Amino acid sequence: MIKEEASLSLRTPVDERPVRIVSAQQSVVSQFKSIWETRELLRHLVFSEIKIKYKASKLGVVWSMFNPALTLAIYYLVFHIIVNNGVPQFVIFLSAGLLVWNFVINSVSTSTGIVVDRAGIVKKVAFPREILAFSTIGTSLVYFGIQLGVTALYMVIVHQAPIWSMLWILPISLLALCLICGAIGLFLSAVNVYMRDTRHFVDVFLMLWFWLTPIVYSYQHTVATKLHSHVLLGIHLNDIFFINPVTPIVMTFQKVLYAHAYVRATTPDHSILNMLPNWSEGSYVTMNLILVGVGAAALLVALKIFGRLEGNFAEEL
Amino acid sequence: MTAVIEVSEVNKRFRIHHERSKSLKERIIHPGQGSYSDVQALRDVNFSVGTQETVGIIGRNGSGKSTLLKCICGVLKPTSGQILIRGTLAGLLELGAGFQHELSGRDNVYLSGSMLGLSTKTIDRLFDSIVEFSELEKFIDTEVKFYSSGMYLRLAFSVAVNVDPDILVIDEILAVGDERFATKCIDRIGQFQKEGRTILLVSHSADMIRGLCHRAVVLDQGQVIADGPTGDSIRVFRERMLADAPKPIEEAASAGSATIEAVTTPSGRFNILSGQRLQLNVDLVAHHGFDGHFMMEMFSTEGKLVTRTDPMMNSVSFSPGPHRITVDLPEVPLTDGDYDINLGLVGPDGYEVLAWREQVAKLQVTYNGRGAGWMAMPIEVSVN
Repeated sequence: MIKEEASLSLRTPVDERPVRIVSAQQSVVSQFKSIWETRELLRHLVFSEIKIKYKASKLGVVWSMFNPALTLAIYYLVFHIIVNNGVPQFVIFLSAGLLVWNFVINSVSTSTGIVVDRAGIVKKVAFPREILAFSTIGTSLVYFGIQLGVTALYMVIVHQAPIWSMLWILPISLLALCLICGAIGLFLSAVNVYMRDTRHFVDVFLMLWFWLTPIVYSYQHTVATKLHSHVLLGIHLNDIFFINPVTPIVMTFQKVLYAHAYVRATTPDHSILNMLPNWSEGSYVTMNLILVGVGAAALLVALKIFGRLEGNFAEEL
Repeated sequence: MTAVIEVSEVNKRFRIHHERSKSLKERIIHPGQGSYSDVQALRDVNFSVGTQETVGIIGRNGSGKSTLLKCICGVLKPTSGQILIRGTLAGLLELGAGFQHELSGRDNVYLSGSMLGLSTKTIDRLFDSIVEFSELEKFIDTEVKFYSSGMYLRLAFSVAVNVDPDILVIDEILAVGDERFATKCIDRIGQFQKEGRTILLVSHSADMIRGLCHRAVVLDQGQVIADGPTGDSIRVFRERMLADAPKPIEEAASAGSATIEAVTTPSGRFNILSGQRLQLNVDLVAHHGFDGHFMMEMFSTEGKLVTRTDPMMNSVSFSPGPHRITVDLPEVPLTDGDYDINLGLVGPDGYEVLAWREQVAKLQVTYNGRGAGWMAMPIEVSVN
């Protein structure tokens, strides 16, 4: 009896308990609040995802390196050996871009399907569904970290230093990348519930997107020089490249990791290649801060749309 | 009293698509909406639940009870109206819903615990008691996919009951598992009630609701048709079931074949001494001639079924018009207490309800002995 009374008094008085309201409309503030409250679930989802993926394999998480390494090897073979673009340290130039791109492709293509793939829990357990899309950002970050580590190791081996003084811009750039991919992934994950072949379109679109991003070619060397003279409605065609938010992020990584704006080609003529634009450190910072702002705005819009669409998830799945 | 759950003006419409074009491609090729129809799963639902209350929601399949529960848990969002919830809520819509088959029991405790709203620190603290309750110490690091379904449920339930919510919402899960497991669940719910938690329980089993709840809400076609003490609500529920029973082609065996008008005793009183004889006179009007069986149930005040007669025995046959059935119970071996009597007529197959009345009488039994239980069973002892 005493025990019962004790436990009775342990209950929080009704008037002091947190209040939650379920209704058709949900404000972005309450979305943020519930996401923040379930951040531990986010962490568990990220690590369980990685654990499941590599649990049964002997090499474990090493496999996550296999795909990016092969991609890198193929592009190196095609563009450096076969086409002979003459770029010295082309592996580092490629790595800088692929690091970013692998993040984009991992997070966007996985989160597009994630609500449908996790239909079991979406239909039965109440938690902020936004967490699902965000968990793919988390897993992509882990893979990004591993690849960054391997790239750093390679740079140590070949004695290539990054621009140390600009290293601090990379976290800002990464934040912008997370916000942008989070917004896109969140939006697509909701749309895919209603139109199931969205993910196939996304796969095709990602392919196109890849080639429109200066990863295997240099923006400065290829795009800027060839398109600058073309003007359409008062806009230099090369500026259109910056509609693609991944372009400035890739270029920031290339700047910091590849470091050299002008390099001597490895081709027999030893011509000078202008691989990177000659922008000041300040303009890189500004560019990335603008991107963070754009990403945050996009995320807000995506949250709003997601909030509208999620009401019917459980019945559409 | 402040309500813990306040459901106000909740509506939920589902859109049922016919030959739905589920893909972007098809939508581009065939623009336009395609055919669909709206189903109103919930219609202006209003009710509230106070602290320390255990409320049951009953209704037939498709009455909207699960939809309502999902809205309260936040899995679904209402089309209009709102639901206010004070305090933490744990929804057990399905045991083990958050489990990942590839992960070990240990990892799943953490994953599903955090899905139910527990912090990692809390799970660390509760982990041992969760494992102990599940009796799975040896297998906790085994992947869940190798578990038997019983082990799976045990672990899932252990996580669920160790969550410490202000409000617990349960959907039919007590129906799973073996009898020992079901008893364990019910015991745990009893403990939750004592601890002053609010419990919302959905079931289509009137017996379970009767046993656990103080109050019951009856849903029919998305509307609340009764909200009150469990016994009253169950009567409404049973009567609605009866009224809507499918009518066979032949009028002869349809529901409502007879109307039970009154139940009386020769003495006019419904209190007897334990072991005494009880006689009941049931007055009814048969609307047409039919054969069937007479049935009777007794429930204790806690809502436990004390006895139910065999539906294939006590054959009766009626011609149209008023009749009186005399029911004779030569010896009522019940112990002290009040017992609710339900009675009615079922068809020759013992399945179809032809006439039914819930709680037509309350029988008061006085027992002077010192025995305990529901029955004062006479036994004879001899020493050789």
